[in-house]
Amino acid sequence: MNSLKRPENRRNLLQTFWKGRLNKLKKLMTGNEAVAYGAYLSGVKVGAAYPGTPSTQIMENFATYPGVFAEWAPNEKVSMDVAIGAAFAGTRAMVSTKHVGLNVAADSLFYAVYTGINAGLLICCADDPGMHSSQNEQDNRNYAKFAKLPMLEPADSEEAKQFAGVALEMSETFDTPVIMRFVTRTSHSSSVVDYDPDQVPPPQEEPQPYKRNPQKHVMVPAFARGRHPVIEEKIKKLSEYADTSSLNRIEPGDDSIGIIAAGSVYNYAREVFPNATFLKLGMVYPLPKEKIRKLASMVKKVVVIEELDPFFEEQVSFMGVEVTGKSIFPVIGEFSPSLVRSCAEKAGLIEPEKKENETAASEAVGKAANLPIRPPILCPGCGHRGMFNVLRDAGVVVLGDIGCYTLGAAPPLNAMHFTGCMGASIGVAHGVTKGNTTDRSVAVLGDSTFFHSGLHPVIDVLYNKGTTTTIIADNSTTGMTGHQEHPGTGLTLQREPAVTVDIEKTVRGFGYEKVDVCNPYDMDNFRKVLEDHLESGQPSVIIVKKPCVLQTKEKHTPPRIDPELCTDCGTCLDVGCSPLVQEDGYVSIDPLLCNGCGLCVQVCPMEAIIQE
Amino acid sequence: MKKFDFLMAGVGGQGTILASNILAAAGVEFGYDVKTAEVHGMAQRGGSVESHVRWGEKVYSPLVEQGKADFVIGFETLEAGRWPMYLNKDTVILVNDYRIPPPPVNLGKATYPTKKEIEAILTSSGSKIIWINATGIAKDMGNPAMVGVVLLGALSVYLGGTEEQWLSLIERLVPAKFAEMNKKAFVAGRAEKSA
Repeated sequence: MNSLKRPENRRNLLQTFWKGRLNKLKKLMTGNEAVAYGAYLSGVKVGAAYPGTPSTQIMENFATYPGVFAEWAPNEKVSMDVAIGAAFAGTRAMVSTKHVGLNVAADSLFYAVYTGINAGLLICCADDPGMHSSQNEQDNRNYAKFAKLPMLEPADSEEAKQFAGVALEMSETFDTPVIMRFVTRTSHSSSVVDYDPDQVPPPQEEPQPYKRNPQKHVMVPAFARGRHPVIEEKIKKLSEYADTSSLNRIEPGDDSIGIIAAGSVYNYAREVFPNATFLKLGMVYPLPKEKIRKLASMVKKVVVIEELDPFFEEQVSFMGVEVTGKSIFPVIGEFSPSLVRSCAEKAGLIEPEKKENETAASEAVGKAANLPIRPPILCPGCGHRGMFNVLRDAGVVVLGDIGCYTLGAAPPLNAMHFTGCMGASIGVAHGVTKGNTTDRSVAVLGDSTFFHSGLHPVIDVLYNKGTTTTIIADNSTTGMTGHQEHPGTGLTLQREPAVTVDIEKTVRGFGYEKVDVCNPYDMDNFRKVLEDHLESGQPSVIIVKKPCVLQTKEKHTPPRIDPELCTDCGTCLDVGCSPLVQEDGYVSIDPLLCNGCGLCVQVCPMEAIIQE
Repeated sequence: MKKFDFLMAGVGGQGTILASNILAAAGVEFGYDVKTAEVHGMAQRGGSVESHVRWGEKVYSPLVEQGKADFVIGFETLEAGRWPMYLNKDTVILVNDYRIPPPPVNLGKATYPTKKEIEAILTSSGSKIIWINATGIAKDMGNPAMVGVVLLGALSVYLGGTEEQWLSLIERLVPAKFAEMNKKAFVAGRAEKSA
């Protein structure tokens, strides 16, 4: 304060203030962009993540700000440890992950709650209700209760930006990591954010000696026992904080109904119940008990509207407050304003809206439901297609993994028979060979997935006398999430040259003797190599290498089909490439969609597909 | 203040996300509160995609409510036909007259619906359907991938704002080396609807 007594300092401060006001702009940002911006402005200097829809763009955006270090870690657990380390060293840090990534990082999350941190640690975690791009729709709010740490949930991008600062303050005040929960509709929704191009984060503090505190940071049983009571006490204090914080607010309305909601669901509910009383939660764990009781005293009926699990409802009910929720709104799937309205109408919470032409409309909806479906498929020119074509013809059981190549499971390829989670392919394939089956099998996973969690099971096969052939579909990028770098690409997230971890040398280094590298478009050769590996009875690795054509923009002249030579046998259609179209009595190629990869030329038994 | 709810439907990779970004920026430019919703990841690999854009005085939900869309913009004929539940009698439907057969049709296991069948689905609520040869126009302007910008040009006729305002938004949001081409595609789409 003393420095402000000097007039020139006061003037500078005022100038800075007004400059900020005048330059304040409105900018559309997704929730992912906004939380990255908020974290940057709040002085986060270290960020780590593994890509995963819908969270990917959080770290991609954070990486673009000046003066920050951001990395793609090989997996979410590593990213969590890196951010925890930075926070131990006194620097504000951030992790971002999709919901299932937090499963991978959970071990680290749980110890960090016990150890606490020395600077703010923000964990951004994006759930995917409705499974737009995920293998399950787990509700990660449960992690807050399970691991005993606070969780915030923004409803739009401005909140995502502001909550970043609040979360980091909270993290330091309560000496705990803080999770900010997103869902697809907050991560990938854009809304208006106050943006000030002149605003910069506080400067980085001078480096300090590392704070050595074994009793707090070395979690051997004797020390960990001392930490558990501290955590329980902390959650009590956070619960009190939740009641005083403006993150949770009562929005008074009429007294017939009081709605408890958070995040994107709050927005849907606001549109369906414009006049109701609301308790809008910005902090979703621990809950503000006094505010919940106050809401109950203001209204005739308390209703919880929440996507997925009855996370609020069970806690509110446990408090002895009469509440309804999951008897009206489903546990399964993504919510929308339409879904909230139809459930509320059915339960008699609101008057049904008048609808015109209801019979015609429902007939049209029925017809639309019968239109041919359009599932996602491998892109034209994708290297995975040649590989799966050979695997299907070989009749092997394919234990697959998570990535673009999971689309090999779709018809007409039908060439993948298991996908569970990141890195599961190799261990499951090893288990299948140790089990009791007559079928031959292989594991298939991508290069990025191999670095994520394929290293350990590939060692297990070798060590425990397995015979599994592991096929690494190497497209030299993290494809499905939109082309992120990884340890094998030679570039970091911040586009700096890096060591390229060579997959072939890595597996040879582990002790694999049978290793081959193949081009998926040379199907004859890949077929030979595959048979050789399967018959060898040895543990082996085949690296099927073809850089993603979406990324390299590799494109060739589309071939054409001579309708005179085409006998309409359907062999080319079985490679499942979208430019190939069944016409009346022959097949044609849409040159606008075709990549010119030539795979169909190779498979046509009539030589009717001509590459010019 | 009037509200505008837009639903864009297309095939992953057709550029619905760029088009919804331009449309959202236009809403901000014209003084509306704006929200959008879209999906990334697996849904983008050639599958059905839909983007929501909403303009209004105060927009809560980024998702358009069923029965309340003011505009449906179909980037591909079949994809436009999937969304009758969003329509009402006043909805304006702009559809690119262009077919990308989905896998079951390619394989001969399903039939691509006729234009009449799609029209029957989309006009049942009394709404109007306007066919636009957007892929053809985009191709003439240099790149069939600009289909979204051509459709936005046609849509812009209903939304106010001067041609200059729209073109400056495109200049801001499209990578510099493609800006000129996209501006031409927009103007061609706008002329198509005005004509």
